[in-house]
Amino acid sequence: MDIQFTEEQELLRSSVQRLLRDQYDFEARRKIVASEEGFSRKQWAAFAELGLLAAPFSEGAGGLGGGPLSTMIVMHEFGRHLVLEPFVETVVLAGGLIEHVGTKEQQQSFIPSIIDGSKIWTLAWTEKGSRFDFADVTTRARRDGSDYVLTGSKTMVIAAPWADHLIVSARTSGNDRDRGVSLFVVDRRASGLDLQSFKTIDGRRAAEVSLRDVRGQLLGAEGEGVAALEACRDRAIGALCAEAVGAIGELNSATLDYSKTRKQFGTTIGSFQVLQHRMVDMFIAHQEALSLMQHLSLSLGTGDSGLSRLASGAKSKIGYAGKFVADQAVQLHGGMGMTDELNVGHYFKRISSINIQFGDPAFHLLRYAQLDTAA
Amino acid sequence: MELKLSREDAAFRDEVRSFIAANYPPEMRVPNPETDLTKEQSLLWHRILHKKGWIAPLWPKEYGGPGWSVTQRFIFEQETSRAGTLPPFAFSVTMVGPVIYTFGNEAQKKKFLPRILSGEDWWCQGYSEPGSGSDLATVRTKAVHDGDHYIVNGHKTWTTLAQHADWIFCLVRTDPSAKPQSGISFLLIDMKSPGVTVRPIITIDGSHEVNDVFLENVRVPAENLIGEENKGWTYAKFLLGNERTSMAGIGRSTRYINKMKQIVRAEIPAEDPAHLEFLRDIARVELDVLALEATELRVVAQMARGIDPGPAASLFKIRGTEIFQAITELTHRAIGNYGLAIREHPVSANRFMPGPDYGHTASEKYLNARKLSIYGGSNEIQRNIIAKAVLGL
Repeated sequence: MDIQFTEEQELLRSSVQRLLRDQYDFEARRKIVASEEGFSRKQWAAFAELGLLAAPFSEGAGGLGGGPLSTMIVMHEFGRHLVLEPFVETVVLAGGLIEHVGTKEQQQSFIPSIIDGSKIWTLAWTEKGSRFDFADVTTRARRDGSDYVLTGSKTMVIAAPWADHLIVSARTSGNDRDRGVSLFVVDRRASGLDLQSFKTIDGRRAAEVSLRDVRGQLLGAEGEGVAALEACRDRAIGALCAEAVGAIGELNSATLDYSKTRKQFGTTIGSFQVLQHRMVDMFIAHQEALSLMQHLSLSLGTGDSGLSRLASGAKSKIGYAGKFVADQAVQLHGGMGMTDELNVGHYFKRISSINIQFGDPAFHLLRYAQLDTAA
Repeated sequence: MELKLSREDAAFRDEVRSFIAANYPPEMRVPNPETDLTKEQSLLWHRILHKKGWIAPLWPKEYGGPGWSVTQRFIFEQETSRAGTLPPFAFSVTMVGPVIYTFGNEAQKKKFLPRILSGEDWWCQGYSEPGSGSDLATVRTKAVHDGDHYIVNGHKTWTTLAQHADWIFCLVRTDPSAKPQSGISFLLIDMKSPGVTVRPIITIDGSHEVNDVFLENVRVPAENLIGEENKGWTYAKFLLGNERTSMAGIGRSTRYINKMKQIVRAEIPAEDPAHLEFLRDIARVELDVLALEATELRVVAQMARGIDPGPAASLFKIRGTEIFQAITELTHRAIGNYGLAIREHPVSANRFMPGPDYGHTASEKYLNARKLSIYGGSNEIQRNIIAKAVLGL
């Protein structure tokens, strides 16, 4: 069950590691966060050059055919370096949707410019009060010739200020919370589309998106949007869990190192048994999260039955593990853990964000329970 | 969750599965196999496995092991645990056996190993003493030379199923002047020797699993010393390493979770808010099992590739026992008012229990499972081991 990486996967991992080690240390990241755009087009081009943006796509779609395992490898390293650039939004969410429910023409027209790094995408599905419900959609789409016209608003759309295209969910039939929802490709510069941008707690940019008679192109079958988003969420969870596990590992190393150097009462704080046991529990949480991450990524590759339940289970368990480790990492670093200067707090904030995206650990715990056919 | 198996390993799994189905003794399927079976009943499966050549998966072939790979051993463990078979008594096969074939002399191997495999000899463990629990190196039971014998005096405690035992393996102090770890020897003592007295300790669940064992001027032939005198601590640590393997208990936890789901379904109406709370609690522990299972499979796959698992056994011991304690606690909560009743020990006359059958062992299991985080090196000791060996603290 332990994933023994193939030569190609090993190569992917070591090349991402090298790139991030050389170009993406914490100071470099800080500069990117403070830059006007808030992300680095130079890094994005470097990711494209390395083939990261092509890795998960099937060879038929012009990708490298690495599937969910390559996403796991990339996101695990991104988690270790707190990478800001919208890999999840562009490749996993939008790219995955285009590949899975798009027409041949849409795949040919959109995927190459994702792979070569020239276009950035994101997914706009959340609305005011919708929390984590894909069917809670009031944005409407009406047919207009061969296209659709969308009106409504989306909230908390991560990476929207950076994006060239958005995939927007909108209602094509029924009332709020019915499943008559469809997906549309929208140009971010289309007339009638307005963004109100802001910063997120983890150093990214997001926007409130308002749409007034914005032209959109149907992606996937009409009325099948919720199902497409559910499968998309499983893939997103695979990526976010890998990112969380990468961050958890870094927090554990940082905390352990600190406990071996920080002295109080004339001795290193790592010599105190109460802290030793805490760090053992952090170690165990990391090991278990890592195992579950691998299990989920393998299942995403084979499309096992019960995949969606497993994805919720992993999101919950790894979410709670991340919260535990992040809480303790700040606690064990004491006052330093509270500072903006130290990276620990930034991992804390990223893990907190991951825990909100696509449903928090409590939401997914309940979903896991309710999808249990035996209970 | 399954290991990715080769065709040969998959065939082996099927063989194990059908062997269990065809041969596990029905009379061993009692409400609580750990306490409800007589000595003879509990040895039935042991003898069947022995006849088949499967009783000692861990042992090298030359001493009577089946010669399995790491993966096959894991498959066997997984299948027997999923089927809910009573594991062969660990103190004989898993613990003292490997010590004897690793550190014992030829005469000892010849004398003891076949009788361990056949189940003729039942062994118990003489480690803990009233003053030596987690701090095992302070054992005070004394063994003094007297010609070609040792004279042993001391008090062992928490001795599991000593009431059935033919032999006890003991840590005894042979050099009182040395440092605690350096003056200990590993001695095999016949329970029928004059001066050995077993006194039951009844635990909070009402069962008689553990005992005090008093040793008063017991004469033990010097040939029963394992390895070298004063090297016993090395052998003891080797044995404890074996004790902690396979403590993840995935199969058992999974069976108990499934049973608990039935109880919750039967006892708590779906519209009761408590029902949702149970579903959440069950989901939480089920995910704990899933994550531990995935970790176990990861470690097994690494071991099959020849990677040393390090102190993974400590991780399994900690999480496996915490999980099983949580499951028994939840099950006890699920049966509600019936949880007030406790079954009399089966050897006593009174076996009346109120409430539905599925709840009858919930109280005693809940109570009995409290021991899990204490024995085999308490979970605090396991955390110390990981802190030192993995974290370098």
